[in-house]
Order: sequence, then C-alpha cells, then structure tokens
Amino acid sequence: MKMHRLMAVAAAAVLALGVAGCGGGSSDTSANPAVDTSASFAAGTTMAKLNKAQSIRIGTKFDQPLFGLKGLDGKPAGFDVEIAEVIAGKLGIPASKIQWVETPSKVREDYLAQDRVDLVVATYTINGERKKKVDFAGPYYMAGQDIMVKKGDSSITGPESFRSGDKKVCSVTGSTPAGKIREYLKDPASQLVLFDVYSKCADALRTGQVDAVTTDNVILLGLVDQSKGAFQLVGKPFTQEPYGIGLRKGDTAFRSFVDDTLEAAQKDGSYARAWKDTAGKVDAQTPTLPTIDRY
Amino acid sequence: MQVLVDNVDVFARGLYVTLQLCLLSALGALVLGTVLAAMRISPVPPLRWLGTAYVTVVRNTPLTIVFFVAAFGLPQLGSNADFLRIPGLDRLFVRLGTDLPFFRFAILALTVYTAAFVCEALRAGVNAVQPGQAEAGRSLGLTFLQNLRLVVLPQAGQATVVPLGSVVIAMIKNSALAGIFGVTGDLMQVSDDLVSARGLPLVPVFVGIAAGYLLLTVPLGLWLDRIERRRVVAR
Repeated sequence: MKMHRLMAVAAAAVLALGVAGCGGGSSDTSANPAVDTSASFAAGTTMAKLNKAQSIRIGTKFDQPLFGLKGLDGKPAGFDVEIAEVIAGKLGIPASKIQWVETPSKVREDYLAQDRVDLVVATYTINGERKKKVDFAGPYYMAGQDIMVKKGDSSITGPESFRSGDKKVCSVTGSTPAGKIREYLKDPASQLVLFDVYSKCADALRTGQVDAVTTDNVILLGLVDQSKGAFQLVGKPFTQEPYGIGLRKGDTAFRSFVDDTLEAAQKDGSYARAWKDTAGKVDAQTPTLPTIDRY
Repeated sequence: MQVLVDNVDVFARGLYVTLQLCLLSALGALVLGTVLAAMRISPVPPLRWLGTAYVTVVRNTPLTIVFFVAAFGLPQLGSNADFLRIPGLDRLFVRLGTDLPFFRFAILALTVYTAAFVCEALRAGVNAVQPGQAEAGRSLGLTFLQNLRLVVLPQAGQATVVPLGSVVIAMIKNSALAGIFGVTGDLMQVSDDLVSARGLPLVPVFVGIAAGYLLLTVPLGLWLDRIERRRVVAR
C-alpha cells in the first residue's frame, strides 16, 4: 500500500512537471513564424544552401529565462528563439526543422568559426573585439543596465537615486554592471553589496537588506519573472548593449538577408509578437527594432 | 609582480577591512568562548548542558553554513544584527554602524563559530590545572567565579596560549569567506575587483592576497611564541 502511494506521488510530480514544461513553451501558443514556402535565392548563397537542405543549425542560450531557456520538452523558448524562427521562416524552413545548439557566452565565436552553427541568436552583444572574429546582423534589441526594485517602490528612479547615499544596491562580484554602478555611489562601503550569483541579490532585496539590484535588464527580467510579482524594473536602461545575430565572418549576402528579414519583421508585426509572447509577459513595453547597422 | 606594486593601495584597503573584521570577531569570540567555557565547567548542570550543546552543534557545523545562517537566515527572521551597532565602537569601526548589515553578519558568524573552539581551548587549559588548586580555593571559601578568576584561569592561561593562538590564526584565514557573504572590500574580495573587473593576471593578485594574510598571521604567531617563552621562564 505504501509503495502504491509513493508511486502515485511520483506520477503526480511527473505530471505537474510536464504541465509546467508546456506552460513555458512558446511553440504551441505563437502564430510565429510564417514559413515562406515560395522562398528562392540566388544559387551559391548560404540562403539557397539552407533552403535546399531544409535545415538550419541555430545557436542560442539554453539557460536565459525569457530569451533562450530550454524547457522539459527539450525545446528552447524565448525572444531569441522567436527571432531565430522568424529568420528560419523567411528561409523557407519551418520551426520544427531547426536544430538548436546550446551556445553559452564563451563558445559563440568558436562555434561559428568551426561551422557548428549557421546563426547565433544568444543575447549576443555587438562589440569591436567580437567583430574581428564574426559578423553581426542587427542589432535586433537594445539591452542595457537597469535597476530592479521591490514592487511599488517609486523612491528609486534611476542610477542618480544612489547619489544621496541612503540607498543600497546589490550586484555580482567582478561584473561590468557592478563597476558601472560604483560611479553613482556616494560611499560604496555602505551602499554596495556584491554576491557571486544574482539569486542571492534577489534574496537580499526580498528581505530588505538592499533597496535595489542592478545588472543587464535581460537578466533582471528573468528575476522579475521568477519573483511572482514581488519585484519590478525601473525600466530606464542607462547603458547600451546592442544584441546582434552572429554569423560567419565575410558572408555579407547572408548578413544583409538577415538585416532585411529583421526590418520586415518589424513592419509586419512579427517582431512585436515575438516580444509579447516571451519577454513581453514581464516587460509590457514592446521595444522597436533599433536602427540596423549595415556596415 | 608589477601588478602588486601598482595596486598596493587596493591591497592595503582590503587588508584594513580584513583587520577590522578579525579584531572585532576575535574579541567577540574570546568573550563568548570564555563564557561558554565557564558554563561547561560550572557546578550548575543546566548551564553545563547548554554549553556542551552549543559546542557540539557549532563546532560540528561547516563555517559556510554558519555564514549562511547569519547572512540569509537572520534577515528572514527580520534581524539586521543591529545589536552590534555598539555606540563608540562604531566610531572606530565605521562599517559596524552602516545600513548594510553584512559586515555585522560576518562578525557574528565568525564570533559564533570561533567561540566554540575558544571554549574548548580554554577548557583544555583549565583541565591542565591540578584539581588540588581549585579544591584549595574552594576550601578557602571562594565562590565559583572567584575561584575561576583568581586561581584557575590565571594558571590555565599558560596552557591555553598556544591552542588559543592557533584558533585565532585559523579564524583570520576563515575570514576570507566573508567576501562571499556580502562584505565588500575585504582582502579576499580584492581578487574579484582586480581580476574579474579589471582583467589583471590571476597569479600575482593571489600572491598579493596570500601576502596580506601572512602579514596578519605571521606576526601574531611570532608574538604568541614570545609570550609562551616568557611564561615558561616565569614558571
């Protein structure tokens, strides 16, 4: 009898997990992407190759809530994933034919160079150092350092709120945002707390040891999502981190195709829909596509 | 090694924070440890039980857990360890009085943890005093505390200096954990500042940090050696 009960509990747990997994998936809810079945491309281009193969390998994060997070159904979901599906659709490849590859920050350039992925859409900040190794289409999203506070706290309106010296802020040791926020602090010894992970910062915010947590808004959005309404974003990023789509160095035709696709997605509303289905659940301000940098 | 020379001010600031942390924690641990030792050897059974229970629990818990309880458990209970904002002392040690409680939490964790070891070191010293001494004191009509203060502890001190020194040195090194639990700017945290944020090479930075801890521990060890030698001569 005892055994039976144990199995029932296990079965219930599995069921609950399964349901939770479905809730997080986006594939069944979004109308994205429209697959362009009549797409045709000039012979010899990357687009033609991919269209003919009816398959594409796309690198994304598997652990970034709201942008690229792999659920229990084995498929990543998030804004990056939706954007990638829009591009695949324009290539005439349905979402089900995409091979998702996990690309954590450290391996993104290498995976492109080693031809292990065709595209990288993985909260990938465009910068000069990286441009030496890969090409970037986009930017498709402008991230930036933001501030997270307790729900309903209007006393912090931006980084300037820390100048008076009575507000305390938490970030992660050695990170760029931690260095940036120091510029706004009156006395770091009594205002700044650094932990090794953001979850500890969130805990300190919940119990009131700090008044705010600061880092890239994308990470903060994930924390707000997990907090079940306990936290909110100030919503005024004070640095600029343009996210681009990484592709192999020198493939200019493919790059301008992705650029065109992004602009078309902004026009036909699939860009806004991609946001609303994912990160928009936490951040209702739908961004507009930043000006594409066609270098 | 140019890194060390260029950033000597950063290391010095870290060293200063660690020194403050260690001074206060050592002070707290010595006081609390003495009280605990007195409890463990007292003639009152409930006090003995309490002292024994404290030592058993705290000494056998990993320091990281003690830190966790202090830095994340206390806030859950609504405490910011404000009782450590001791007037006067917070002038001398500014961090004691700030709104950020993590420096106080670290002192609390180190004190609570180290006190158990201090207690056992003191008890070992007391046990080394011949029972006849305490019996003689008692027969002279001294109370328990008088006996402890005037007869037993002064003699126990001799046997205690060495193990007590080891306990304090271990505590100084243990203080390296504080940086993980919200204390900013201590010696160990210097590495994050210099290596992660400013991209300096790892090895020279850690050589500098090691040197910082040695600067605290080695003189303490030498001083203890001297005290020990002097005591031996005095006997």
